[in-house]
Amino acid sequence: MLDYITSYLKSDTTPGQAGNLLWALVYIMLIFLGLSVAVIAMNWLERKILAHMQVRLGPMRVGPHGLLQPIADALKLLIKEDIMPAEADPVVFWMAPIIVVITAFTVFIVVPFGPTHAVTDMNIGVLFMLGVSSLSVLGIVMAGWASNSHYPLMGALRSSAQMVSYEIAMGLAVVSAVLMTSLNKTGTGTLSMIGIVQAQQEQQVWFVFKFFPLGLIAFGIFAIAMVAETNRAPFDLPEAESELTAGFHTEYSGFRWSLFFLAEYSAMIAVSSIAVTLWLGGWMRPFPTWLSGETWDLVFSLIPGLTFILLAAIAFLGVIRMPKHQYFRVQTAGLAGFGAVLGLIGLILFVPPVRDRIQDIFWFSAKVALSMYMYIWYRGTFPRYRFDQLMKVGWKVLLPLGIGVLILTAVAGVWF
Amino acid sequence: MAPVATTFFFYFLSALTVLTGVLVITRKNPVHSALALIMTLLGQAGLYLMLYAPFVAGVQVILYAGGIMVLFLFVIMLVNIERSQKEEQFNQQWIVGIVAALALGGVFVWVFARSTALFPNRAISMPEQSNTQQVAVMLYGNYMFAFEIASLLLLVAIIGAVVMAKKRI
Amino acid sequence: MAPIGTVHYLIVAAALFVLGVIGVLTRRNVVIVLMSIELILNAVNLNLVAFSRIWGLHGQVFAIFVITDAAAEAAVGLGILIAFFRNKETVNVDEIDLLKW
Repeated sequence: MLDYITSYLKSDTTPGQAGNLLWALVYIMLIFLGLSVAVIAMNWLERKILAHMQVRLGPMRVGPHGLLQPIADALKLLIKEDIMPAEADPVVFWMAPIIVVITAFTVFIVVPFGPTHAVTDMNIGVLFMLGVSSLSVLGIVMAGWASNSHYPLMGALRSSAQMVSYEIAMGLAVVSAVLMTSLNKTGTGTLSMIGIVQAQQEQQVWFVFKFFPLGLIAFGIFAIAMVAETNRAPFDLPEAESELTAGFHTEYSGFRWSLFFLAEYSAMIAVSSIAVTLWLGGWMRPFPTWLSGETWDLVFSLIPGLTFILLAAIAFLGVIRMPKHQYFRVQTAGLAGFGAVLGLIGLILFVPPVRDRIQDIFWFSAKVALSMYMYIWYRGTFPRYRFDQLMKVGWKVLLPLGIGVLILTAVAGVWF
Repeated sequence: MAPVATTFFFYFLSALTVLTGVLVITRKNPVHSALALIMTLLGQAGLYLMLYAPFVAGVQVILYAGGIMVLFLFVIMLVNIERSQKEEQFNQQWIVGIVAALALGGVFVWVFARSTALFPNRAISMPEQSNTQQVAVMLYGNYMFAFEIASLLLLVAIIGAVVMAKKRI
Repeated sequence: MAPIGTVHYLIVAAALFVLGVIGVLTRRNVVIVLMSIELILNAVNLNLVAFSRIWGLHGQVFAIFVITDAAAEAAVGLGILIAFFRNKETVNVDEIDLLKW
């Protein structure tokens, strides 16, 4: 038994490759936990960052600086009444949020947080991710149809039409990136996610900078398509309140709505992970060849700890600026405690054994976090697309551009 | 990695596929039929994975379950009239149809049982790692002409579907 | 139990084929008939891929072509259905019995 546990630690592969079920389950549990924390953090971050972009403060009351707001939201959603519309189809109504959540979470089996830190490394990893994302459209269609009401039906049809159109542009951009993996000595590319990052490591360039500007355009196409794929602003007509009264999830309340919400944020993180793996170098630290050597490695390995110390410093700044009134005692203490926890995590990340292991996961998470920030930035900045403009962009702009980038990448790959 | 629990997975996946296939042809509500068909397609993708065909499994999930079934659901929503669910679901010659189909199935099973000796008991070593590459080499090598014809076929199908569904040509 | 061989997959494919044929022959709703046709195509695909395990990758390539053709056929078939439905408001196979309306 102990052998079974430690035999995986000695092997140099993912649990799926090593055939170790226990460690695969451990990784899956860790991914679940990480995703839950990430979704909760995203909720708070989105409201605060949007607020600050709109020159207001956002939630400030529930905890110090609104830090407990997501928990309050989750509690509220859990205790809300569960309504099902009168003529709704109960089986389909019940299954729709479950399908959306399952497809959003299943994608994370192949997401590589490090060279061996994935649940498994399928050799058709990219194909698997594209396929499972395309299954989420079915959940949305089911939700809209089962609600037996015209707003959800219109929202579901529009949303699924949009998702299907932008899946094609996504696929073409992904194929251009996979094409770039084949420019190695043996001439064979790979569809496995870990293999793609390793190809970037071998060719010593992030694919976003390869064959400039082709990699950049391919990344741009994928970035636009992934925003449309997850129904986020500026492509959120199907679920915008002023347009369709929340679209396909109008008739869902309480826990079922929170499942849709969870699935939306998980899908955002999933497609951002694909973008980071395919173009932004996955778990590689910035400038691996330009600034290489022992000292630069040490400097870059200190950055995770420094980030958390910086966050702790910001928290303590907030503590100092809290009003000095006796009603704010608990909030001040809470914020100071939060800052202390962040500082403690930062100090732990300075310890050398942890420092070496946390590198890959930190850089991957940092890039995904940057992508999440871009999502929130788009939402705060761009006006909404009208539906026909949306479809026009998907079919008449992104699709020809994607085909052009694919052809030019192939030509460039053969020539250079 | 050695395959694990093959027998269990085969029986589970084939039971799932066949049972949801039965659901497809017996449900009154076409949306339930479509959902059962999606489960059939996913079960079949699992069977393809067991047959060491990961690329075909991926294509099945993306195209069939994620594309064609979305198309079916769209059209069902467009033509779904409540009246059709209250009508008689099976036509008048259903007994003859079932008997004929079962006879056909019986012929199949008899042929398979008699000819087991004809199937060589080997399994070609198809390393899973390079399945996509080998399929690609064959697709763009031996079957290049069929590939081009298939793309023309898809173009014709797109034009046909658009013309068919337009209100005024 | 005997180790899973090719014949097991062929029998599953035959079962799916029979179910598809029953669906085409007995159902009245055109959409369900089209879905039964998809079942038949899937049975054929399973057969092809099962044999490709023995005889080489040609079966898998053919299966990919069959999936492509199924997509094209479903699109055109459903387009025809929509065009017909716009005129006659029915999806009952027995009522689609006029050559010209």
